[in-house]
Amino acid sequence: METLDQLVQQAAADFAAAVDGAALEQAKARYLGKSGSLTERLKALGKLAPDERREAGAAINRAKDAIEQALDACRQALREAALLAQLAAEALDVTLPGRGGAPGGLHPVSRTLERVEALFGSIGFIVADGPEIETDWHNFTALNTPENHPARSMHDTFYLEGHDDVLLRTHTSPVQIRAMQEHVARHAEREHMPELRLIAPGRVYRVDSDATHSPMFHQVEGLWVGENVSFADLKGVIADFLRKFFETEDLQVRFRPSFFPFTEPSAEIDVAFMSGALEGRWLEIAGCGMVHPNVLRFGGFDPERYTGFAFGMGPDRLTMLRYGVNDLRLFFEGDLRFLSQFR
Amino acid sequence: MQFSEQWLRTFVDPQLDSAALGHLLTMAGLEVEEADPAAPAFTGVVVAQIVEADKHPNADKLKLCKVDAGTGELLQIVCGAPNAAAGMKVPCARVGARLPGDFAIKEAKLRGVESFGMLCSARELGLSDDHGGLYALPADAPVGTDIRDYLGLDDTLFTIKLTPNRADCLSLTGVARELAAITGRPLHLPAVAPVVPSIDARRAIVLDAEDACPRYCGRILSGVDARALTPDWMVRRLVRSGIRSISALVDVTNYVMLELGQPLHAFDNTKLAGAIHVRYPAAGEQVVLLNKQTVTPAADTLLIADENRALALAGIMGGEDSGITLATTEVFLESAFFAPAAIAGRARAYGFTSDASHRFERGVDFELARTALERATQLILDICGGEAGPVEEAVARDHLPARPAVRLRPARARRLLGIHLDDAGIQALLERVHLHVVREGEDFLVTPPSFRFDIEIEEDLIEELARLHGYDNIPAVAPQGSLMMLPSAENRRPVWDVRHLLAARGYQEVVNFAFVEEAWERDFCANEAPIRLANPIASQLSVMRSSLIPGLAANLVTNRKRQIDRVRVFEIGRCFERKADGVPVAGFHQSLMVAGLAAGSAQPEQWGERSRQVDFYDVKGDLEALFAPRTLSFERLSHPALHPGRAATVRLDGRNIGIIGELHPVWVQRYDMGSAPVVFELELEAALGAVVPAYAEISRMPAVTRDLALVVALDVSVARALEVLREAAPAVVREIVLFDVYHGKGIDPDRKSLAFRVLMQDTQRTLEDAEVDAAVSALVRQAESVLGARLRGSGD
Repeated sequence: METLDQLVQQAAADFAAAVDGAALEQAKARYLGKSGSLTERLKALGKLAPDERREAGAAINRAKDAIEQALDACRQALREAALLAQLAAEALDVTLPGRGGAPGGLHPVSRTLERVEALFGSIGFIVADGPEIETDWHNFTALNTPENHPARSMHDTFYLEGHDDVLLRTHTSPVQIRAMQEHVARHAEREHMPELRLIAPGRVYRVDSDATHSPMFHQVEGLWVGENVSFADLKGVIADFLRKFFETEDLQVRFRPSFFPFTEPSAEIDVAFMSGALEGRWLEIAGCGMVHPNVLRFGGFDPERYTGFAFGMGPDRLTMLRYGVNDLRLFFEGDLRFLSQFR
Repeated sequence: MQFSEQWLRTFVDPQLDSAALGHLLTMAGLEVEEADPAAPAFTGVVVAQIVEADKHPNADKLKLCKVDAGTGELLQIVCGAPNAAAGMKVPCARVGARLPGDFAIKEAKLRGVESFGMLCSARELGLSDDHGGLYALPADAPVGTDIRDYLGLDDTLFTIKLTPNRADCLSLTGVARELAAITGRPLHLPAVAPVVPSIDARRAIVLDAEDACPRYCGRILSGVDARALTPDWMVRRLVRSGIRSISALVDVTNYVMLELGQPLHAFDNTKLAGAIHVRYPAAGEQVVLLNKQTVTPAADTLLIADENRALALAGIMGGEDSGITLATTEVFLESAFFAPAAIAGRARAYGFTSDASHRFERGVDFELARTALERATQLILDICGGEAGPVEEAVARDHLPARPAVRLRPARARRLLGIHLDDAGIQALLERVHLHVVREGEDFLVTPPSFRFDIEIEEDLIEELARLHGYDNIPAVAPQGSLMMLPSAENRRPVWDVRHLLAARGYQEVVNFAFVEEAWERDFCANEAPIRLANPIASQLSVMRSSLIPGLAANLVTNRKRQIDRVRVFEIGRCFERKADGVPVAGFHQSLMVAGLAAGSAQPEQWGERSRQVDFYDVKGDLEALFAPRTLSFERLSHPALHPGRAATVRLDGRNIGIIGELHPVWVQRYDMGSAPVVFELELEAALGAVVPAYAEISRMPAVTRDLALVVALDVSVARALEVLREAAPAVVREIVLFDVYHGKGIDPDRKSLAFRVLMQDTQRTLEDAEVDAAVSALVRQAESVLGARLRGSGD
């Protein structure tokens, strides 16, 4: 007959050999079941003398504990193995694309305008808006460009059938007039009117269409009127803007004398990059100047007390330079192969 | 304006090379748009004479020439030009020459005969497109002279873009005057001496409109030869200024206009009758212009007339039948000053422009007329011969432009420019451009010369100061302003939020033209009377859009043509409609709208979900997301662009703010859009509203939910059912949510089941079962009586 130690060893070996829970339970029954070998030995205790019985009983109980421990260990191991197998079976291909649609995006010129608004907003410029069907008075006359002024021929204007006094605005400058009048009306009571700082982005229209001109395009008007605004300030703001917009100090900015009826002195602003594909070429980017006293008057300001500067920039051009777009017409064709590059 | 650099340098020597000169002009406000060489680079070409021209022994079309190229011996050159003839002077590229295109001339054998050089056509030298034969040079061209020197080819043609205020620079004299002022170099203008009259032929001049024409000079020249050849130097200067040589008389008038800036006009004196009148037209009067156009001048168009008829549009264009011809022998030469206000815009009204009107409407020196007349007289006598009568000058001095002194306050100049210029410096700068400066106390009184029409107010002078000081020399400073924070309204959001939200939902922003095809307005908007452009750029861009949707539909069509079938686009832009009391421009309503279109599959090509086409509810979900937490409501709508059963008005806070729907199948088919896209269009303003959150106490009491499946007729809308339930709901009902719609097996075919989850809760206490049951019963009762609903499972 086997010793108890042998029995324990045999049980541990049988348990370890069990491949699943059912086999383990069968093995358990062989030792601890109703007619299991250890159970049989317990039953046989009654035939022993009392003092032998105590000693033998204790030994059997120790063996039983040992077998039960071995059983638990094996149960635990089987559970772990089962879990591992389940997890392995549940593994995903983590390289499959995630669910959900692809995002769209903003129009490239919108990207530019959002940055323009943020940059000017950071030094206190508000955003103003104006109508696109505009009166002749706001578009020209109030901007010091009366009927028959030669400067009117600088803008090829779209007119509306049956209306002599309205047109599609040729620039965003009429917003200056509307904004000044509103500002003065709001603050006229005060001894010191607050400064007026605004930009006015929007669509403008001219009878012109080729590779570099679109009959509809964008402009951003800028205006700063205060008691001490100078041409040097204008230069400072524009140069600062261009360097921040293009995120480079590697940029030359030049102001060159020009003429607009609504500013005096007037300037064209050219930029030249000091590296890249356009290195060294002067590129016209905006017109600007000190607001003409007649325009200040039309806006309701006293030009003796208030001075101001204004500029009109081409955000389409800024966008082309910023992202290397070489054809203005792409902006207005709605081609998703082009537009989706700006997501 | 275009001109020759060589010509300019005869007036002033700036001691700069061409590139530096161009930069200087640009930075002075005379923007150099183009600077082109007069001829391409080539070397080794000289004036030569063909001494003999014989037939080539081996070729019918070639000639064997003996050429004197100034080398001391005759060169044998084979030449194929049809006009090659003995005695002719021509350009000759000698062996070793390099022609345009880096074409080297070498000794060569042509059909067995040696040739030592090449005789050139104008095209071979890059001078013109003429390749009909050799470039024939004048008989007096000196043999052996480098052709570049002889023809003055080392020249640059400058084109400057003059702003309308700088009419004084519309001449070589003007540009030279400016250049001299900037560089401080001396100015040499051509000396003009009065021509002593040798005949006493006169024509009287009457100024009938002294305001418009306060000065008119004229003179008769008799016995001129209109067929005389214009000298080469004058032709060259004209051509290099972009003006074609026509005949000696015309060329002289153009030359003087370019040189001095005074437009002139030459009449055939024999076609004039009596005195010259400068007057406004009589009703119905007509003039046939030089360009053959017949015009009936408007009442404000000034005319030159004689005793019998109108001859010309003053300062704009001469008349066809009073102008000079090659047969003319008697000329009446006009040199006048017409006030800018009398000329401005007139030519444009007749649909053309002219060199004369371009100058007069911007301002011509009103003291120049007589000098220019003398200059032209001398040139005509020199070239065409003849004799000159005395100058007749009619002048209304009171009506000549006034040149009142303009006050300049140096302090204001410094303040406006933000620079420190001392008074002496200011005075010196102004005097450099011929402004007459007088000190008065702290200020200067500045009188402009007769050739400047742009100095009327103090700012005009400040601009001159800035220009002469140099824009580059004005510092760029960081401005100082009074710091005040900008308002930031929490109940509004920037338009950028709308853009980014739509982009995040998969829409790509587009920018479409605001003028569209008339058919789009008719088809998609039932707009039979759109706002039309008077001068559209093309017929498909002729009316102002009243909706953004057609443009988006067009985007779909173009992208489908490029094999992109899944299209989601949006645009934010203005739409235009007539509205008598429109604000801010009366007659028009022009509101900013946001519109979108979704077509093709609901998701981009993917593996994770069953593929399906985008539908109404996808786009509706996008709108609900755009407005959340505000809730939109939707009502059935009939709209010309949309499917009648799949279209809705979008409402917010009880107001219509736009539309949503599937595009009508008729348009889907007509415009070839594949499957029907879903579109929306809303007032942008409505989308810019935002909710400022307000805290409501959170209940700590347990919530109870009950599900309620109601069977209703198919035409009962969910919105209506919810409305009815919410009206009937007792206070404990916090939320009623639709979670299922069922239509099919087990339910009457003209009915559907709507399943709602009802959430009940009290903030203060736990609800009792009886209360909950009572609330549910109330909802069911109301649904039964108002909607004709039945509880599902109760006998259906």
